Amino acid sequence: MTHFAPILAALRRHRLATALIALEIALACAVLCNACFLIVGQLRMLHVESGVDESSLALINLGCDGCKGTDLNARVTTALRAVPGVQSVAVVNAVPFADHAGYAGISLDHEHFIAVPHFYTGGPGAVEALGLQRVAGRAFQQDDFQVAENWLPKNTSVWVTRAFAERLWPGQDPLGKEFWSDKYHFRVIGVMAHLTPPDPGGGHGDSAGEWSVFAPVIPGESLHGVYVLRARPVDLPRVLREARDAAQKAAPEAVLNLQQSRTVPELRADYFRQARIMVGMLAGVIVALLLVTALGIVGLASFWVQQRRKQIGIRRAIGATRGDILHYFQAENFLIVTAGIAVGMVLTFALNMVLMKFYEVPRLPLYYLPVGALVLWGLGQLAVLAPAMHAASVPPVVATRSV
Amino acid sequence: MFGYYLDLAFHSLRRNKVLTVLMVLAIAVGIGASMTTLTVVHLLAGDPLPGRSQAIFYPQVDADPKGKDANEPLDMLDYRSAVDLWSARRADRQALVVQSQVRLNTAEAGKPPVMTMMLSATTDFFSMFNVPFRYGGPWSAQDDAARARVVVITDDLNQKLFNGENSVGRTLRLRDSDVRIVGVLKPWRPSPQFYAVRGGRFAGGDTSDFYTKPEDVITPFFTGLEVNDGNFQQFTCWQMPDRPGHLQNAPCVWLALWVQINDATKVAAYRRYVADYAAQQQAAGRFTHSGNTRLRDLMGWLDYNGVLPSNVRLQAWLAVAFLGICLVNMVGLLLAKFLRRSGEIGLRRALGASRVAVFMQFMVESGLIGLIGGAFGWLLTLAGLWFIRQQPVAYADLARLDVPMFMLTFLAAISASLLAGMLPAVRACRVVPAWQLKTL
Repeated sequence: MTHFAPILAALRRHRLATALIALEIALACAVLCNACFLIVGQLRMLHVESGVDESSLALINLGCDGCKGTDLNARVTTALRAVPGVQSVAVVNAVPFADHAGYAGISLDHEHFIAVPHFYTGGPGAVEALGLQRVAGRAFQQDDFQVAENWLPKNTSVWVTRAFAERLWPGQDPLGKEFWSDKYHFRVIGVMAHLTPPDPGGGHGDSAGEWSVFAPVIPGESLHGVYVLRARPVDLPRVLREARDAAQKAAPEAVLNLQQSRTVPELRADYFRQARIMVGMLAGVIVALLLVTALGIVGLASFWVQQRRKQIGIRRAIGATRGDILHYFQAENFLIVTAGIAVGMVLTFALNMVLMKFYEVPRLPLYYLPVGALVLWGLGQLAVLAPAMHAASVPPVVATRSV
Repeated sequence: MFGYYLDLAFHSLRRNKVLTVLMVLAIAVGIGASMTTLTVVHLLAGDPLPGRSQAIFYPQVDADPKGKDANEPLDMLDYRSAVDLWSARRADRQALVVQSQVRLNTAEAGKPPVMTMMLSATTDFFSMFNVPFRYGGPWSAQDDAARARVVVITDDLNQKLFNGENSVGRTLRLRDSDVRIVGVLKPWRPSPQFYAVRGGRFAGGDTSDFYTKPEDVITPFFTGLEVNDGNFQQFTCWQMPDRPGHLQNAPCVWLALWVQINDATKVAAYRRYVADYAAQQQAAGRFTHSGNTRLRDLMGWLDYNGVLPSNVRLQAWLAVAFLGICLVNMVGLLLAKFLRRSGEIGLRRALGASRVAVFMQFMVESGLIGLIGGAFGWLLTLAGLWFIRQQPVAYADLARLDVPMFMLTFLAAISASLLAGMLPAVRACRVVPAWQLKTL
């Protein structure tokens, strides 16, 4: 075990350089922990569960201004069903990661708005086509589907996500419960495991994670133009290509929205592109940061080794082994890095505080600190290894020169 | 002396190449990262109407029956309030603005119909916002009143449909109406698309959509309402509209009114006018409250909406923090580099060089490192901006280095390295000559 006292005494004579390394470690600690935390947050969003069978789904979106909805639906669904490989087709208003189509504020008592969920609407077969998983309640029956007035039927039996049910009626059985949106009335008859809104994390309140409602509607004037196709994942790209042509041919007066007429995996990749870039950037910053910090340590440590050649020679001459010298520099580095980490923890929380204030970032969990400390200790030891080995190879004969 | 110091600096940099490369790299990477992100901030946070913005205002009244005087009014106006305030013509210029998606049939150019965004505004829009014309010009106030079937198109659309020729007088088909082109714009790319900014406080920081390009077709306001009836989107409604997309008499807010007031002394009068209007409407029973009217100027409105995307701001902070760490690192490396030459310093001091002279010598060396680092940092900035232009964000095409930011790159690099060199240089010039000479 190395004795720390002589190291501390030596460091006291190099206060500036010591402080610089410690400061660098402290800053690195603060940025490292917070950047990692941001990355984890982004990754969690990237892996959001959509609640639909993404890999087998594609979307066809037709903009048809002035079309008769019923007529358009009939022509297009017939044409889409005829595409080889299509397992089912349904009219919907949106799917996860496509353009959103139905945010509306709701109340439990006609009076106080309580939340703004996304209303998915779909015609017969939509639940099966999307692959929505029901965990409680009953399936939709023929007479649950009604003609909409403008937007939805006056009274609708709906499914809600488990997360949204928990938000509205914490700890209660949501089945049979009611809620309102303007003049529209809803009754919960089923609960879904998952169904994310089309734009997860898209600025509808930070807790609006999975607030979705699925409402059955008979396609027509208020529900037309957006069709979800189901096919085997391997067929999907070809099916989509042919479906686009078929839809355009079936409705020549409509405008095919190419941006939205994609497979759901494509829509998902597109939706999260920004977040992925952010993750890449944060990771780049972390790597560059660790590299710069390590190089700084190497630079200063080699300087110290060179400055202390004579002292090292003397120590060697009076009996210190190579291992002693090596351990001396390693212990010195450990001490400095530890001091840096101590300051860094304070900085880390300060930075996290600032981020929480301005960027809706949650509080940094405590376990990031020991992990960050371990990484920095490891980095410091790695960086100091080469200079320390160099120091250990100083021959004792140096002591005899030109004193 | 400067030349001699420069000479010494070059000599010193050549002597320890690894250390030099490390320092130049640190400065270059730090500068590259921070200048890339700062350039984006600079481009996105700038004044979209320099010289004019302080005379542009955005009046707001609150028609929402559930609103309260203590709350902010809704971000847009209902039809009646907007048209009332507009037709009173109390400001020097005023423009109603609304956007909608429309089917553009370009049979003349032999292309299939497309969905595109249409801007509908009253004619003051062009003069108020200094919109530049290449061919033709804006429509007249009579055209506004007569709901004339005329249109102004952007340079982009003119290139696409008419290969950039003078297309004034030709017709486009918007939905089911033929409209005559009366003007073609020069390339016009306000940043942000300020006249359509709203709802920023609900965007959760994801405001990059405020930086999209202007709409391709611009029609007179009332013409647009007729041509594209049924396709208008509300900002919000407090009750369901009877006919979605037709909002003239609906309990919805969906219109923006911009006014220009040239004389600063008249602003208070207009503010009072807006407040009086709201009070009048309350007295008439149309509003439930009238105490929260607003008249923000353009930059105030952009601030209120937090137009700078929070991602961009976060990246800028990260990059600056990174530059800070690079600098601390450089202080350490310079310290090592300078003190390693203690013998040389001792010799110079013994031969009569003053402390100031030694200090200057090392500052020149730091500055030189900064200059070289700045050059590489500039290349990295260009690369970073190129990378941003490849991204699928609305402001991608804006990400270019302008002259002020180019200058700032070098200025920042040199001043950063001078700052970093200061402490080591002070240390170096305190070297005691006698000690060093003894050990030479």
